[in-house]
Amino acid sequence: MKEFKNFTMNFGPQHPAAHGVLRLVLQMEGEVIKSADPHIGLLHRATEKLAESKPYNQSIGYMDRLDYVSMMCNEHAYVLAIEKLLNIEIPERAKYIRVMFDEITRVLNHLLWLGAHALDIGAMSVFLYAFREREDLMDCYEAVSGTRMHATYYRPGGVIRDLPSKMPKYVKSSFKDNNQLDIQNYNREGSMLDFIEDFVSRFPSCVDEYENLLTDNRIWKQRTVGIGIVEPDRAIELGFTGPMLRGSGIDWDLRKKQPYEVYDKVNFDIPVGKTGDSYDRYLVRMEELRQSNKIIKQCIEWLKNNPGPVMIDDAKVAPPNRENMKVEMESLIHHFKLFTEGFCTPKDEVYTAVEAPKGEFGIYMISDGANKPFRLKIRAPGFPHLAALNEMSKDHMLSDVVTIIGTQDIVFGEIDR
Amino acid sequence: MKELIAKHIVDQYELEESSDILTIKTHKDSLLGVMSTLKNNKELDFVQLTDICAVDYYTYGETEWGTKEATSTGYSRGIKPSSHGRIKFEHKAKHTRMKNRFCVVYHLLSISNNNRIRVKVYLSDEPPVIKSLTPLWPAANWYEREAFDLFGILFEEHPDLRRLLTDYGFIGHPFRKDFPLVGNTQIRYDPVLKKIIQEPVDITPRVLVPKVIREDK
Repeated sequence: MKEFKNFTMNFGPQHPAAHGVLRLVLQMEGEVIKSADPHIGLLHRATEKLAESKPYNQSIGYMDRLDYVSMMCNEHAYVLAIEKLLNIEIPERAKYIRVMFDEITRVLNHLLWLGAHALDIGAMSVFLYAFREREDLMDCYEAVSGTRMHATYYRPGGVIRDLPSKMPKYVKSSFKDNNQLDIQNYNREGSMLDFIEDFVSRFPSCVDEYENLLTDNRIWKQRTVGIGIVEPDRAIELGFTGPMLRGSGIDWDLRKKQPYEVYDKVNFDIPVGKTGDSYDRYLVRMEELRQSNKIIKQCIEWLKNNPGPVMIDDAKVAPPNRENMKVEMESLIHHFKLFTEGFCTPKDEVYTAVEAPKGEFGIYMISDGANKPFRLKIRAPGFPHLAALNEMSKDHMLSDVVTIIGTQDIVFGEIDR
Repeated sequence: MKELIAKHIVDQYELEESSDILTIKTHKDSLLGVMSTLKNNKELDFVQLTDICAVDYYTYGETEWGTKEATSTGYSRGIKPSSHGRIKFEHKAKHTRMKNRFCVVYHLLSISNNNRIRVKVYLSDEPPVIKSLTPLWPAANWYEREAFDLFGILFEEHPDLRRLLTDYGFIGHPFRKDFPLVGNTQIRYDPVLKKIIQEPVDITPRVLVPKVIREDK
């Protein structure tokens, strides 16, 4: 018999299955993993420190760049923290818009996760289908904020502008004739809400399509069932949140348990897994897609019937009306003060958390009464998940590490911060 | 909540004023006792460690644009660079030692009671030393590594206290308030020497908005 010794293997930082810049140092015994040591920080941009040197409003854009596939949820936690410090209440319509976009973001995130996860473990076509649907939602992002990814749409006091009354259309070019244009623009004739309504009506059948490809697929099950099992008690101790915790069978969702905005007024269910393996977490996320769809539908209905302001009427926090600025001295002063100095918050400290697609995204903010946060701590959901990678991948095969990274829904923007 | 805590925690602690989550302050020697009561007591049941945050209270409450003293010519509007965004390595502040400069803030979550608690420990030494919570929560491992990396807080009995987020061979603790925002060193590839070299940073700090504190709210 030939003797084999343990050896060390380097995985990443440039590896397509590492979901960004993850370097793993693996102790291998043959093809079995004995320990995994993740080296992170290759995307560290010191967001927290940068935010401490800027007025509150200027850091909203940084929040988009944390978890760069669930942009608006990050902004949400940040603006909630500021609103809690200032002790202000935002208009009802802004709350519904935020909830709708939080759920659109959740769909965006889960679609990317689904596509990338399936691609990593051998199913190519799901990726293409998922990106087809993502494109429509990206268009909503663009219509409402002007950018497809980093929206900076939520502001302390509400959202920066109301939903557009017209959805942008495709235009004629040398590549598109009128027939193609009619096909592409068929759901863009009305307002943005009409466009989302059309999306919501066909999205459940898209989810069925993905599930047809994966849920009973023999290869998919062989790759995910029984991989990376986390017991419920252990999941809590490891600091898991979101689908990682629900996949282990714990019924915990901040949207239900500690509702913010109008989550207590919309009707939805929380899916919970049984065994805590990668397959259960897949099922949980698939059901979350359907539930998000349900929430978006309810928000559209409310938003269609209830026009109103979307930004707080308080010039100390929100910029004054542009027209008033031209004729009123006070508005001009407020505008000048807001954009040169920003607003000061009372001396206090707050912790706010939202249920981001990946789990609990929290902002802990300490204010010393200045126009900048004294300390901003971002509690990223992916951080404790990745910290548990060693434990989850122990005694699994090398190829299962890819499954586990996929099932954790790792994004380095938020882990490295 | 307050009664429950008073009933069950035997170690020393104080309640701290806070507008959102119930906050208790404890000493670093009684930290482990307080934490294990919070976690293991069935009525309190704070089973999850949500977050560990280190804070550097140096320059807390200092304004860069004070308008308090009026002279015969009016107010002085000169900006005094004191925050990390406006200082460079050369004009590093002299008095960085202060009482209770550092603070470690723990956020705990009780799933069964659906509430949160914040535990704070102030530290004065240099380097600040505190007991590790890894025996109670495995989640503390990386949070403490992060706090060590960015603030230089040492966690006793931590199984593996290495840097986490900064580069291999990084010097200093970048989230301390006396560490300049532009950093101390920069890295580039030198085509003559044919290797990566480190040199002092040559960018000027450029934070446009001074830190202002206004109390007239």
